[in-house]
Amino acid sequence: MKTNDIILQTATKVIAFVIILFSIRLFFSGHYYAGGGFVGGLMTSAALVLIMIAFDMKTVEWILPINYRFLIGIGLLTSVSTGLIGVFMGDPFLTHYFGYFDLPILGKTSLHTAALFDLGVYFVVVGVTMTIIKSIGESE
Amino acid sequence: MSLLHWAILSPFLLAIIIPILYKSFRRVHTGWFVLVLPLLLFVYFIRKIPEISNGSIIHETLQWIPSLGINFEVIVDGLSLLFALLITGIGSLVVLYSIFYLSKDKEKLHNFYVYLLLFMGAMLGVVLSDNLIVLYMFWEFTSLSSFLLIGYWYHRERSRYGAQKSMLITVFGGLSMLGGIVLLYVMGGTFSIRELIGQADILISHPLFLSAMLLVLLGAFTKSAQFPFHIWLPDAMEAPTPVSAYLHSATMVKAGIYLVARLSPVFAESGTWLWLVGGIGLLTLIWGSFSAVRQTDLKGILAYSTISQLGLIMSLLGVGAAALHYPGLDDNIYIAATIAAVFHLINHATFKGSLFMVVGIVDHETGTRDIRKLGGLMSLMPITFTIALIGTFSMAGLPPFNGFLSKEMFFTGMLSVLSLDIFNLQTWSMLFPVIAWIASVFTFTYSMIIFFKTFTGKLQPEKLDRKPHEAPIGMLIPPIILALLVITFGLFPNILSDTLIKPAASAILGDVLPADYGVHISFWHGFTPELMMTIGVVLLGIILYKTWPKWKPVYNVFPEKLSFNSLYDNSLRLMEKGSFRIAKFFMTGFIRNYLVYAFLFFIISLGITLYWKDALTVSVSNVAPIRFYEVILAIIIALGAISILFVKSRLTSIIILGSVGYTVSLFFVLFRAPDLALTQLVVETISTALFLLCFYHLPKKFRKEERLTFKLTNFMISLGVGIIVTLIALSAHSTKLKESISKFYIDKTYTEAGGENMVNVILVDYRGLDTMFEITVLGIAALGIYAMIKLRLTKKGGKNANENK
Repeated sequence: MKTNDIILQTATKVIAFVIILFSIRLFFSGHYYAGGGFVGGLMTSAALVLIMIAFDMKTVEWILPINYRFLIGIGLLTSVSTGLIGVFMGDPFLTHYFGYFDLPILGKTSLHTAALFDLGVYFVVVGVTMTIIKSIGESE
Repeated sequence: MSLLHWAILSPFLLAIIIPILYKSFRRVHTGWFVLVLPLLLFVYFIRKIPEISNGSIIHETLQWIPSLGINFEVIVDGLSLLFALLITGIGSLVVLYSIFYLSKDKEKLHNFYVYLLLFMGAMLGVVLSDNLIVLYMFWEFTSLSSFLLIGYWYHRERSRYGAQKSMLITVFGGLSMLGGIVLLYVMGGTFSIRELIGQADILISHPLFLSAMLLVLLGAFTKSAQFPFHIWLPDAMEAPTPVSAYLHSATMVKAGIYLVARLSPVFAESGTWLWLVGGIGLLTLIWGSFSAVRQTDLKGILAYSTISQLGLIMSLLGVGAAALHYPGLDDNIYIAATIAAVFHLINHATFKGSLFMVVGIVDHETGTRDIRKLGGLMSLMPITFTIALIGTFSMAGLPPFNGFLSKEMFFTGMLSVLSLDIFNLQTWSMLFPVIAWIASVFTFTYSMIIFFKTFTGKLQPEKLDRKPHEAPIGMLIPPIILALLVITFGLFPNILSDTLIKPAASAILGDVLPADYGVHISFWHGFTPELMMTIGVVLLGIILYKTWPKWKPVYNVFPEKLSFNSLYDNSLRLMEKGSFRIAKFFMTGFIRNYLVYAFLFFIISLGITLYWKDALTVSVSNVAPIRFYEVILAIIIALGAISILFVKSRLTSIIILGSVGYTVSLFFVLFRAPDLALTQLVVETISTALFLLCFYHLPKKFRKEERLTFKLTNFMISLGVGIIVTLIALSAHSTKLKESISKFYIDKTYTEAGGENMVNVILVDYRGLDTMFEITVLGIAALGIYAMIKLRLTKKGGKNANENK
């Protein structure tokens, strides 16, 4: 019997974007408000899981054609290389730098290498959750 | 590195080349290559005699580990030289003998000679080292190489058994000796024997003195097969006969004697040493000679005879130690005991070596060593017969052989114990000569048994595997040389007295031996009590031998179960069984049990520490006020946790666990931790989903509803853990010793790290390294799950999970 998930699917189409936007917001606000790479990553994968429930795995792969195991590696590399910036500048490993810049549209903005580090965390979390859920979901 | 060092190391170096020689010259018996070395060494050591007998001492040092005081120090004095001559001299004869004894086609000769050379080098190292650690190293080398030699015919069960037994016992002693050496180092601050001897007066009053002495003696007694550690020696007779002749009569078993003699100046001031060495020696003497009569195997008799003769030497060394108690005495009678010990050491090496070789010849030519099968070989093997006559009669202590002289001197030494007036043990000291005399009677008896049962009587050709005939000349030369030495030393004992015996005795006794002390061994010394004792020995010995079949049943009085061998076997078996049982008792394989151990340890160790350190304090001075919401939440979470224990269905427990998790995140909200609350919510959701997944995939029979069974032990342990953790948390909270460092973060988060969310700044900036490894952990977990699910191999390997179903 084929079920008709039209309500769920329609709702998902709207809500998934909201969740992803919220997760991006959580990620970027991490340094000043509650949030950060960890929660942000979890939220993003929650959106993907929602799509996966409403549609199926193939849809998720069609939207984001990534191998999530690579994402773990990319995330770890991002974090470690962020730490290496400090080494190349002659400071200890994982020294962060920040400053305030005048950007064309955003105006005066603070840029911080810790955000790059957090980006690594974000990638790893998305990769980890998606790998786990995908491998369990696909196993028979 | 001096020539002396090269002399010690040369057997090891030759041992490296032997396998190459064996492989490249298959037609020449490998033994011929080996023979050169001990001969050269023997000549080298012989040439040192004039120098040593003048009283000088050769001393060479090679730096090894100077920072630990361990250097390869070599010292040649009378005692070392005597042993070095025995090792190289009998070594050459044994190598010569083995060339004819071992067939070059059937035996793995390279193994044999490598082991033998290792042993020779190790033995030289033992007797020439001055540094105790180096001595210990060579000591263990002798144990190892002896193990290899005993197990030379490793396909035989008995060989392996004997090798293992000797290994266990001698290594046990060796390790005790190491303990003694370390204690000596602790006391004296040096590993050098000479320096320790110099401090002997200080050492004796040290509290560790007795333990050091006992440990060192344990090493010496196990190596020298003293009572009750003698049991390995008869089983070591499974070795090839040249090995028995070399190791188990002339050299290795004398390593313990050497050690006792060498360390006499350090320990002998103490009376315990005298009684222990003398007493154990006598006990070994009588037990060995008594047991030897019982044996039917020729090598068995010789093994027990070796035990008994080693006991004799040991007891003489013990009595000789009395000389150190009366250093001022003119005409010190106890010096005679030490001299007798040295003399008998030489004599025993000569006649026992030749006897072993004779037994090897008999075995080789008739195919048996059982005295019940042998007999009447006198006319068939006249040369062997003559050698055996010399050897056994010397062992029995008959003139004109050297055994007679050393036996007389032995009696003199034992009689001198009677005049000991220290330790108030005059009544006991009477035992010394009496035991010595009885033991000599048995010695006489078994010597006669060896000789007459083998060579006289009727030949029993039907019981023999081969037709007996005289041995090849090469096999006869070594025992002939030894037998000639027996006669020479018997007739002209004084050629030894100034060259070897006196320097050796002075090395044992130190300054006590006067420089002008004349060692004079006379063949005839008048109608002394010693002579009467010898006559008594001979008379009673002849009677005992004649009536032997009648009193043989005496040995059946002691059942086999009470022997030391069965004690050893049983204790070994019990140890194996016991450790197996102990391991099986607590290694049950149930994780539940291991958790009980872990938690019990947790409760007990922490509980005791809390009580012992008096750390249990509860103070309410810096406690925050309790608010209404917190009470509500606490009640909810407690209800949830408790109800998990009582619900029937697993599904319900999963959901209740989820509710506990969400309540925790509410707590985080309440205690103002938004980041934690967010993370906790999401993580709790995911883990509940995973639990549900697990539940969904449970096999049908585990999905049934079932209440948790109540177990008192589990209840007590969980209660204990809960209480301990609570108490520790309360005590820790009540005793805050230092201010928190969070002030720093509050002040500097914005100014130094450019952020306002302190939690996140700490996570990514101040302590980013932790975060880095936490995400690594996550990555590993994900890959682990992926690998576990995707890579499912069957037991056969290479098959997919689908095929497994």
